[in-house]
Amino acid sequence: MPVQNYIDIFSQNRALIDKGSAGAMNALRDKAMKSLVRNGLPHKGLEEYLHTDVARWFEPDWGMNLSRIDMHVDKAQAFKCNVPNLSTLFYFLANDEFAASDTAAKASLPDGVFIGSLREAANRHSEILEGYYGRLADMDRPGIAAINTMFAQDGMMIYVPDGVIIEKPLQLVTLLHSPVDLMVNRRILVVLGRGAQLKLLLCDHALTGNAFLTTQVVEVFAGDGSGFELYDLEETHNANMRVSELYLSHGADSKAEIDYVTLHNGQTRNSVFSTFAGRGSSLSLNGIATIDKEQHVDNMTFVDHRAQDCTSSELFKYVLNDSSTGAFAGKVLVRHGAQHTVSEQTNRNICLTRESRMFTQPQLEIYADDVKCSHGATVGQLDEKAMFYMRQRGIPQAEARMMLMQAFVGEVIGRVALEPLRDRLNRLVEKRFRGELSQCEGCRACR
Amino acid sequence: MMLKIENLHAGIDGKEILKGINLEVNAGEVHAIMGPNGSGKSTMSNVLVGHPAYQVTGGKVTFKDKDLLAMSAEERSHQGLFMSFQYPVEIPGVSMTNFMRTAINEKRKALGQQPLAPTEFLKLIKEKRDLVKLDAKFMNRSVNEGFSGGEKKRNEIFQMAMLEPSLSILDETDSGLDIDALRIVADGVNRLKSPETSVIVITHYQRLLDYIKPDIVHVLYQGRIIKTAGPELALELEERGYDWVIKEYEDSVK
Repeated sequence: MPVQNYIDIFSQNRALIDKGSAGAMNALRDKAMKSLVRNGLPHKGLEEYLHTDVARWFEPDWGMNLSRIDMHVDKAQAFKCNVPNLSTLFYFLANDEFAASDTAAKASLPDGVFIGSLREAANRHSEILEGYYGRLADMDRPGIAAINTMFAQDGMMIYVPDGVIIEKPLQLVTLLHSPVDLMVNRRILVVLGRGAQLKLLLCDHALTGNAFLTTQVVEVFAGDGSGFELYDLEETHNANMRVSELYLSHGADSKAEIDYVTLHNGQTRNSVFSTFAGRGSSLSLNGIATIDKEQHVDNMTFVDHRAQDCTSSELFKYVLNDSSTGAFAGKVLVRHGAQHTVSEQTNRNICLTRESRMFTQPQLEIYADDVKCSHGATVGQLDEKAMFYMRQRGIPQAEARMMLMQAFVGEVIGRVALEPLRDRLNRLVEKRFRGELSQCEGCRACR
Repeated sequence: MMLKIENLHAGIDGKEILKGINLEVNAGEVHAIMGPNGSGKSTMSNVLVGHPAYQVTGGKVTFKDKDLLAMSAEERSHQGLFMSFQYPVEIPGVSMTNFMRTAINEKRKALGQQPLAPTEFLKLIKEKRDLVKLDAKFMNRSVNEGFSGGEKKRNEIFQMAMLEPSLSILDETDSGLDIDALRIVADGVNRLKSPETSVIVITHYQRLLDYIKPDIVHVLYQGRIIKTAGPELALELEERGYDWVIKEYEDSVK
C-alpha cells in the first residue's frame, strides 16, 4: 500500500482517530502527516535502512483498528509470558490498549507516580503529557515516528517524580491479538524526575498466528541523577513485523541500561537514539538476536555524546541459523566539546550456516580531542577447535554446539543488571537453541 | 589387548602422513612415541581420537575389541580414550564445572548410568584437583581461559583423572612446562596408572620420560614406526639424536 493510501486513510478517518485520544497526541497528527508526505517511509535506498526495507512492510493492506473494536484479548495468556515470577508490577498492552493486572492495579505506588494509559494521562497529568509527548521522537529523520504519531491512539505513560525510586520492575507485556492481519501503532512515554529510578521490562508477544505490523515509539526523558533500565524482549513469530524506535535523553549524572533481546521473530528493526544532554552520564546498551529460518533482525543505534564526561558501552551479539539475516549499525557521535567521553562498541556474530548473512557497520565520528573511543565487529563461525576439544571429552557435537552458542550470548546476558532476568534469559536462550520455546509451539506461523 | 593399530594410513588435506603404522598396546603398559619434528606424531594422536580434519585412508584400529575408527570422537571418549592436548583450547563462557559435569554425565549416559549426584560430583572434583594441585578457583573460570601454560597442562591431567580413561594419549604434554610443573603433571599421571589402564606418551624429548617411565619406546619417522625397543632407547636418543636410527632404518630398507 503506497504512502498515499495511508494519508487517505488518515484524512478520511481523522475524527475516528482523534475520538477519545489524548489531546496531546491529536495535536501532533497534522505535523506528522506533513512529515510523512515529505519523507515517505524508510526504504532500502536510505543508508540507515540499507538492509531492511521497512517501506515494503507497509505494502500489504493492513487492517487498523481505528474504531477500537474490542478484540477480546485473553489477558490470562500474558501469564504464559516466558519471563514470569519476576515479582514485577504487571501491565498489558493488548495491541495498543493499556490494562493493569489486578495486583498491579492494587499495588500502592509511591506518591505522585503515574502508570497508565495515555488517555488516562491526558486527564490526570495533561501538563506532563503535553510537555513531553512527541518532543524526542524525530519525525524528520528517516523512520516511522511520523506514521506512528499519525495513527497512534493510545499507549502507556510512566511518570516518576523527583527522588522517587520504584524498586519493583515494571513489566509491560504487549499482546498482539487479532482475527485478521493487523497493524498496531504503539506509543510509550517515560518521564523520570531528578534522581528517580525505574526498571521497565517490555515483553512483546503475538498470540494469534496471523501477520502483524507493529510500530513502536518509546520516548524516555531521564532526569538528572536518574537511573533507568529498559529490557525489550521480543518473542513473536515468523509472520510478525516490528519497527521500534527508542528515543532517550539522558540528564546529567544519570545511568541507563538498555537491552534488546530478539529471541524469536519475523522481521524486526529496532532503532535507538540516545542523547547525552548533561555531563557525567553513562549508558550500557546491549543486544542479543537468536534467529533462524528466514528471520531478520536489524538493530541500529545512534549514541550522541553532546556533553562531557559521559560513558557509553555497547555490546551486540547475533547467532544466525538457516537463512536468517542480521544487521547492526552503530553510530557514535562525539560532538565538539564532549571531552572525556569514553565509548566502546562491540558487535560479534556467529553465522551457523553458509546461507545466513550478517551485515555490520560500526561508525565513529569524533570532534573532541580528549576522548577514548573504540569499536570492533566480527562475523565468524563457532570455534571448531573448542568443539573438538569438547567432543574429545565426551560432549556430543550437538551439545557442544549448544554450550558454545550459549557461552557466546552469555557475555551479553552477564551485562543484564536485573538478576532474576539474567537467570531467566539464560534458560530462555538455551530453550531457544534447543528449539523448545513454548510460545511458538502450536503456532502455525512458525511451522 | 588395549589398542591394536594395523597398517594405519592417514593424512590431512589429501596429503598422506601416516604410511602404515603398526602398534600394539596392552593393558597396564606405558608406551612412548618419539620422533623428529614432522614425523607424524601429532597426526597419529589426532587420528586416534577422531579429529574430523584428518582422513583415514587405510588400515584398522581396534580399541578394547571394538572398531575405533567407526566411532565418533565423543564415542571414543565414552569408551575410555583420552588425549591430553598439546595446546589446550580456551572456551570463553563455559565454566570448568559446567564443562566437567557435562562431560562426565554424557559419558555416564552413554554407558547407561545415572548422572552423578551434585554432592558426589563436587567430592570427585575436590579429590582430583588435589591430585594435580589445581586451585578451586579455576573451577568457576572459563575452560583454560587465563590459565598459564603450566595450569593448562595440569588442567589436562585433572580432566584425565576425572574421566578415568583406559587409554590416555599425552600429546607433547611436556612442551612449555618448567621442571616443577612437569613433576606435578608426571606425578598425576603416575598416580592414575593401574594394571587396567595404558598410556601413550608422545614426546620430542626424553625429559618427560625421566618422570613417566615407559615400558616400550617407539621411534616414528616419515609416518612409520622405524624402531621399537625398551626404555633404554629413549636415553640413547637423548644422547645421540635421531640420525643414527634413521640411518639404520634407511640402510635396512635399501
